[in-house]
Amino acid sequence: MLSNLIQAVFLGGYYAMVACGLSFMFSVMRIINLAHGSLAILSAYLLYVLAQKFNINPFLGLLIVVPVMATLGWILQRYLLDRSAKGGELLPVLTTFGIAIVLDNLMFQRFGADTRSLAPYIGDLSWASYALPGGLFVGKLQILVLMTVIVVIGALQLFLKKTQLGRSIRATAMDPDTAGLVGIDAKRATAAATAIAMATVALAGAFLGMRATFEPYSGTPQLLAAFEATVIGGIGSLWGTLAGGIILAIAQTLGASVHPQGFLLGGHLAFLIVLFFRLHRNRDAILTWLRVRTA
Amino acid sequence: MAPTVLGAKQVSKRFGALAVLDRVDFHVQEGEAIGIVGPNGAGKTTLMNVLSGTLTPSDGHVELLGEDVTASSAADRCHRGLSKTHQIPLPFLGMTVFENIYVAASHGAALTGEAGYELTYESLKLCGMLAIANRKAETIGLLDRKRLELARALATRPKILLLDEIGGGLTDAETSELVETIRELRRRGISIVWIEHIVHVLLQVVERLICMDAGRIIADGEPIAVMKDKAVVEAYLGRTPE
Repeated sequence: MLSNLIQAVFLGGYYAMVACGLSFMFSVMRIINLAHGSLAILSAYLLYVLAQKFNINPFLGLLIVVPVMATLGWILQRYLLDRSAKGGELLPVLTTFGIAIVLDNLMFQRFGADTRSLAPYIGDLSWASYALPGGLFVGKLQILVLMTVIVVIGALQLFLKKTQLGRSIRATAMDPDTAGLVGIDAKRATAAATAIAMATVALAGAFLGMRATFEPYSGTPQLLAAFEATVIGGIGSLWGTLAGGIILAIAQTLGASVHPQGFLLGGHLAFLIVLFFRLHRNRDAILTWLRVRTA
Repeated sequence: MAPTVLGAKQVSKRFGALAVLDRVDFHVQEGEAIGIVGPNGAGKTTLMNVLSGTLTPSDGHVELLGEDVTASSAADRCHRGLSKTHQIPLPFLGMTVFENIYVAASHGAALTGEAGYELTYESLKLCGMLAIANRKAETIGLLDRKRLELARALATRPKILLLDEIGGGLTDAETSELVETIRELRRRGISIVWIEHIVHVLLQVVERLICMDAGRIIADGEPIAVMKDKAVVEAYLGRTPE
């Protein structure tokens, strides 16, 4: 059981790695990026191509893929999401849904239905583990993922608090109109925020490919896990997302210990319970919001 | 005559069939302090939003320091020297008071690091907010939020400052403090456009008064004369029976 719980914490770290970009984008632009999972898969494929065709180790490949994904994020926000946001709150979400469909099918066309993995390109890292006293084993890759997500979230927090661009992103997240009045270019701030979110997506895609297999339609389950972790942790809170990821993974592990098929169900239940309490606590606020909307 | 620093040329703003601004012509000279009065719904705030760039006019042009800025963003106008305070204060709630001002100094006035801190300090001091600089903006009261609006606008180093009912909801003592600060800004050469319902407060600062009604400017000139103007009296009190 203890071993299971420890594995769950590490799995939670991976969920948080996938979720932190989603959470970040939502807190700044109020956009739920439904293409989040597919973009992670795209990063995994990019790393795969670099490794297979050019013999570039996936860790070195990240030096190329992270900037590529960040640039893609910038373009996405500037030329698609920003424009669709003019049509109301729902339109950007639909846009990301469309991007997900296009990406999934492009990847299917290019790479086919075969499952791929980055594991063969990283030596023994995908399966090597440390033996802990008490007969516990912890995978080296899992430790690397958890440490990376802690560093990424810590760095993001510092960046938001201490840097010029970070402050402009925070101000834009709080109130884009007022941000404009004090001289902040909201378009630039949101484009930068999306670029950063996509950089974290590149990392998430790399770890996904290293720890498991992926195929063109693997994005949706990733999105689902990320979304649940984000909601459980409290939307907009990055450390909360880490906690949310871990809670989700523990719930899944508990679910699996009840019934072999209970893994995903346990996670969904935890998500629904948290969602229910959140909605209940904010009932008045939500009702007022609905009334204002429908008035 | 001093050069025109801010102007609206035949500006209209329609929301659907409703014309909130109807071909408004409006000019501010360098160093001038103008008050805008008018009944609720006259279009005062909309005019300010069109001038500051938060709203795009349906027709007409906005000119800032001799250039057409109708198509430029609020951020761009801020960099050129135009700033505005909100009627209902909208601080960045998750930030401290200091951060709120520093964000404006570092982006609006493009002064970062030491120079930015100095400008932030100076703006805080001018608005009497040094004592609460490190408090979270969500914990401060209405007067302090109004001061924060003013300090934040100042930290962008404006040449023209638009004030939207900055005295609204404050006591007389609190208002007179703000009036003192705004007078000081005038002495520093900042042009001021000030919407306020409390006319006697306005008259302590402005030398020109504009009255708006139903999206039009119905009187413009020396304050006392404007207040006595027949159209203005009618706009406020209704038509006197013959």
